[in-house]
Amino acid sequence: MTSQLVRPTTGAVRRDARQKVTGEARYAVDRTPPGCLHACPVPATVARGRVTAVHAEAVLQRPGVRAVLTHENAPRLGEADDPTLLLLQDDRVPHRGWYVAVVVADTPEIAREAAEVLDVDYAVEDHDVLLRADHPDLYTPEEANGGHPAVRERGDFAPAFAASPVRVDATYSMSALHNHPMEPHASTARWEDGGLTVYDSSQGASTVRDVLAGLFELPPERVTVVSAFVGGGFGSKGTPRPPCVLASMASRHTGRPVRLVLPRRELAAVVGHRAPTVQRVRIGASEEGVISALSHEVVTQTSTVKEFVEQAAVPARAMYTSPHSFTGHRVVALDVPSPSWMRAPGEASGMYALESAMDELAGAVGVDPVELRLRNEPDAEPDSGKPFSSRGLADCLREGARRFGWEGRDPRPGVRRDGDLLWGTGVASATYPVLLSPCKASAHAGPDGLYTVRVDATDIGTGARTVLAQIAAEALGVPLDSVRVELGSSVLPDAPVAGGSSGTGSWGWAAHKACTALREELAGRSGPLPSEGVTVEADTEEETGQESPYARHAFGAHFAEVRVDTVTGEVRVSRLLGVYAAGRILNPRTARSQFIGGMTMGLGMALTEHSTMDPAFGDYTERDLASYHVPACADVPAIEAHWVEEHDPHLNPMGSKGIGEIGIVGTAAAIANAVHHATGVRLRDLPLTPDRLLPHLR
Amino acid sequence: MEPVDRTAPAGETPEGAPEAVSTLTLRVNGTARTLTVDNRTTLLDALRDHLDLTGSKKGCDHGQCGACTVLLDGRRVNSCLLLAVVCAGASVTTVEGLSDGDRLHPVQEAFVARDALQCGYCTPGQICSAVALLHEAADGQPSYVTPPERSPDGPVSLTPEEIRERMSGNICRCGAYPNIVDAIEEAAR
Amino acid sequence: MKPFAYVRPERTEEAIDRFAAQPGARFLAGGTNLVDLMKLGVAGPPLLIDINGLPLDAVEETAAGGLHIGATARNSDVAAHPLVRVRYPALSQALLAGASPQLRNAATTGGNLLQRTRCPYFQDASKPCNKRAPGSGCPAREGVHRDLAVLGHSAHCVATHPSDMAVALAALDAEVRLRGPAGERTVPVAEFHRLPGDRPDRDTVIEDGELITGVTLPAPPSGARGAYRKARDRASYAFALASVAAVLTVEDGRIGHAALAFGGLAHKPWRAHAAEEVLRGAPATAETYRRAADAELAAAEPLRDNGFKVPLARNLAVSVLHDLASRTDTTG
Repeated sequence: MTSQLVRPTTGAVRRDARQKVTGEARYAVDRTPPGCLHACPVPATVARGRVTAVHAEAVLQRPGVRAVLTHENAPRLGEADDPTLLLLQDDRVPHRGWYVAVVVADTPEIAREAAEVLDVDYAVEDHDVLLRADHPDLYTPEEANGGHPAVRERGDFAPAFAASPVRVDATYSMSALHNHPMEPHASTARWEDGGLTVYDSSQGASTVRDVLAGLFELPPERVTVVSAFVGGGFGSKGTPRPPCVLASMASRHTGRPVRLVLPRRELAAVVGHRAPTVQRVRIGASEEGVISALSHEVVTQTSTVKEFVEQAAVPARAMYTSPHSFTGHRVVALDVPSPSWMRAPGEASGMYALESAMDELAGAVGVDPVELRLRNEPDAEPDSGKPFSSRGLADCLREGARRFGWEGRDPRPGVRRDGDLLWGTGVASATYPVLLSPCKASAHAGPDGLYTVRVDATDIGTGARTVLAQIAAEALGVPLDSVRVELGSSVLPDAPVAGGSSGTGSWGWAAHKACTALREELAGRSGPLPSEGVTVEADTEEETGQESPYARHAFGAHFAEVRVDTVTGEVRVSRLLGVYAAGRILNPRTARSQFIGGMTMGLGMALTEHSTMDPAFGDYTERDLASYHVPACADVPAIEAHWVEEHDPHLNPMGSKGIGEIGIVGTAAAIANAVHHATGVRLRDLPLTPDRLLPHLR
Repeated sequence: MEPVDRTAPAGETPEGAPEAVSTLTLRVNGTARTLTVDNRTTLLDALRDHLDLTGSKKGCDHGQCGACTVLLDGRRVNSCLLLAVVCAGASVTTVEGLSDGDRLHPVQEAFVARDALQCGYCTPGQICSAVALLHEAADGQPSYVTPPERSPDGPVSLTPEEIRERMSGNICRCGAYPNIVDAIEEAAR
Repeated sequence: MKPFAYVRPERTEEAIDRFAAQPGARFLAGGTNLVDLMKLGVAGPPLLIDINGLPLDAVEETAAGGLHIGATARNSDVAAHPLVRVRYPALSQALLAGASPQLRNAATTGGNLLQRTRCPYFQDASKPCNKRAPGSGCPAREGVHRDLAVLGHSAHCVATHPSDMAVALAALDAEVRLRGPAGERTVPVAEFHRLPGDRPDRDTVIEDGELITGVTLPAPPSGARGAYRKARDRASYAFALASVAAVLTVEDGRIGHAALAFGGLAHKPWRAHAAEEVLRGAPATAETYRRAADAELAAAEPLRDNGFKVPLARNLAVSVLHDLASRTDTTG
């Protein structure tokens, strides 16, 4: 399929920017209907066990307390694919922080105090919360996240590796990481006439609607979910999370609207996170650096509630020439919070390890790290044998090297000193798959000359409102300002989640299809439109359901320059540059923001972000934003993001690939490689905080 | 726009303790507002839940993110850590009070022009913070990166490094920082 | 958060009387730590006595050529005060190194001194902590303690004091002025905070009912230069992993006045007397700075995961002393 579009309106200003800079934009947490009660959940204070008693009576006697929901009186829930949503259904405590009760009261202050003093008795059981690469309960799952087979083998890795003239064998580890969107997860729920309306902080209202309908055994059309403005998600709002379930339960129980906002400190345990990983990468190569054998083995953890396996070995299946390959995942179910999606699950963690190992290989063979990657460009996707629909990695590396001033780089580590500072540079590749999901949309032409596209997309900050309008305007051949976009509510045509960098491709395809059909419909008409206008509906189930004969990925290259203070061990990034090949960039303005945002999160992953599992208590220690160090403005230098032109006819009518996640992929490796170049020290455990670095510096 | 919850009658305050409630007047965006609050109610919750000014956001509720930043008697503060009752009689400017009718404040305009936001949740706090920053720098107030030997008189020149340090009390998880710095440089001109 | 009553007296005596009349009452100034702790369930006073209406916010020169800083003077105002910047740059820098502009606009001098540890166990009311719940135990000793103390800790507590400002005040020989039912007294900042011993619930020597009315700094030694430097996990808006405040004079290549204090290492701002002994009268050389730092840090007893703080503090001290000496040698 070849794009029939005219060139997009470049750099359209974000459509909701004005609402956001004036405070008019209402997020889920800003919804407080008349008569609203306030709910506060009660987290378990043991790491494993059973609830033996909840002493609700004392709390219920307090003025203003309306209800205490526990597993004994909470509404029974129906089916859910995600067992983390089966809340207050039994007495089991699978991890510290699991919700064991909800207090509902007239005001947030009363609810919160009552939740604090609610006395809960537990039968405590021994817990096991520490991931170890030799944990006896590690097993090989059937699949890793994303439906990827847990293990893939091509050729015969072991003998090929043994026979390779140059071998790298290194193990990298990462602590757990937390998404921490700025808007804490929140829901306001209201039961009315046997139906349910929920304002939810979610990346996909259609999905939340379907899940709530299943849990509360309602026909989906009786449930309305609104996610009009969402204060970030980064995967942690990709599927329904506890607030919408608990608020709905509380509203049904009390007969009043109920608002429930998670305290920041509780997010670490109940809305998912990136699981810790231990990753062993082995690369066998020729003396010229051409890879003959590649193995990427991932050990990670999940909870006892559900199996989630961070698919960190998957990118090694697509990145480089590797005639003999083993990629596999093993997981252990511990008494820990359930991991889930965090920006580029799999790619972000896996490409840290793989791209660090590539840097080690470059050092081992004495080949420039950019050149080494160019030497290992495959003709087809190694694992599937499919041809690439487009593969811009080499272009990104070359363009990035040019812009960064990479040429002539002195490869010697630890030799550039400026007073107390050591400095160095590093590079890493990035990749992210092209994902698409079926989506519905409608397009309407009014007699007033205005057009309306309706689709239950979610704008979590990506610019979906803006980009969908551009796509529609182009498909219709009309000015951008004549197009309105309605999104963020499940009353609109069903749409998939804002996740997997698939939103714009999936929603945009449906919008494009509806608008193209509307344009044809209008072309066949004459005279004025009827007063109700003309509406066309579209569904891309058929188009997106077909498996592509192509391997489809976005690629990128990250370049970093760091300064390491030998006095303190502090690492500061002085330059960060990304170049991407991601199909057609539909809106340079918002795309650049997304790329830079991803790189910033990658900077945090490399240097500042860290969640420590407390072995005694079974919770993550850094549960607030004072101790979980999201990069601050002072950490982030002038980051640059660029892209190369790519015309890929095998994607969608817009010719676009996703851009929301690739910015984080490889950024941590580029920074870690730069730290090695600066100091000569190869640390294989993120983040690179002063306590880890200082002992190695002189 | 939906009305606010005002369902808690005064008689139902915790343990019926009348002294745990206070009535106070705030001057909010130029208008005197009198309200009765639980003493525990923060300025942030008073603005959001009692006055329906939801532009100021709750990101962490512990002074660790800056999303709740407002101007209290002209100075930027974290409204989540200030009890409303402590602010009795004070003037509060929130993001809703920055624009002049339909005309955006120059900082707001610059944020739009530079795409200095993504999800928008931290944005009201960033903007209130930036408005105060411009005054602080003009007033000669130093930051951690201002050279200590610099004379205490005269305005501080807002280099990108100065802006980054001075904006570090406002966390943005979407990573809009470079655009935020650009926007503030533009507004400072 | 527990309900509480609220009063806002206008006279200092009234505030002190109110406190005496209500067991468990707390004075409230900027609230940036107290309100935080009340939200966490760590503090639950039945009465808050708002001292923002008291006449305690002045910053003024003393008759002796020093400086008096009122208890409710805001951190940002103190940091920006011309006299502080010119005569006590270590204090200005320490204040500016702490927290964020918004917090500094609310936080006060007295409140900063009284802020409590950021030990994660102290802040989590569902866990044991001898500081919060005496006798319940100290999980930090064997638990997560990378950020905690290497000096002066006890079997009962390994917390650190989080203030930047107090470290500079300790090096500047500042005194805390207290007023209580029994009258007024002054305590040197370096003796104001306690080591935990077997009473980690007591952070300071302040008596119940006493109010900090201000801090007084002596005139700086002639020709002295001071500085504050802090190492942290991110470039701004983070507590110190370790920090150092130093005030130095150098004449003819020899050190005259030397005052050094560490932050982030102990339950209190750590005035480095042993290091100062080595420094005074010694040649202003890197070798002297290293010996001085080592003399002080010989007493360090790192925990399993915080041994890095010892070389970090040493490096910071050597670096700051070197920078100061190179700027202060009156022989040029």
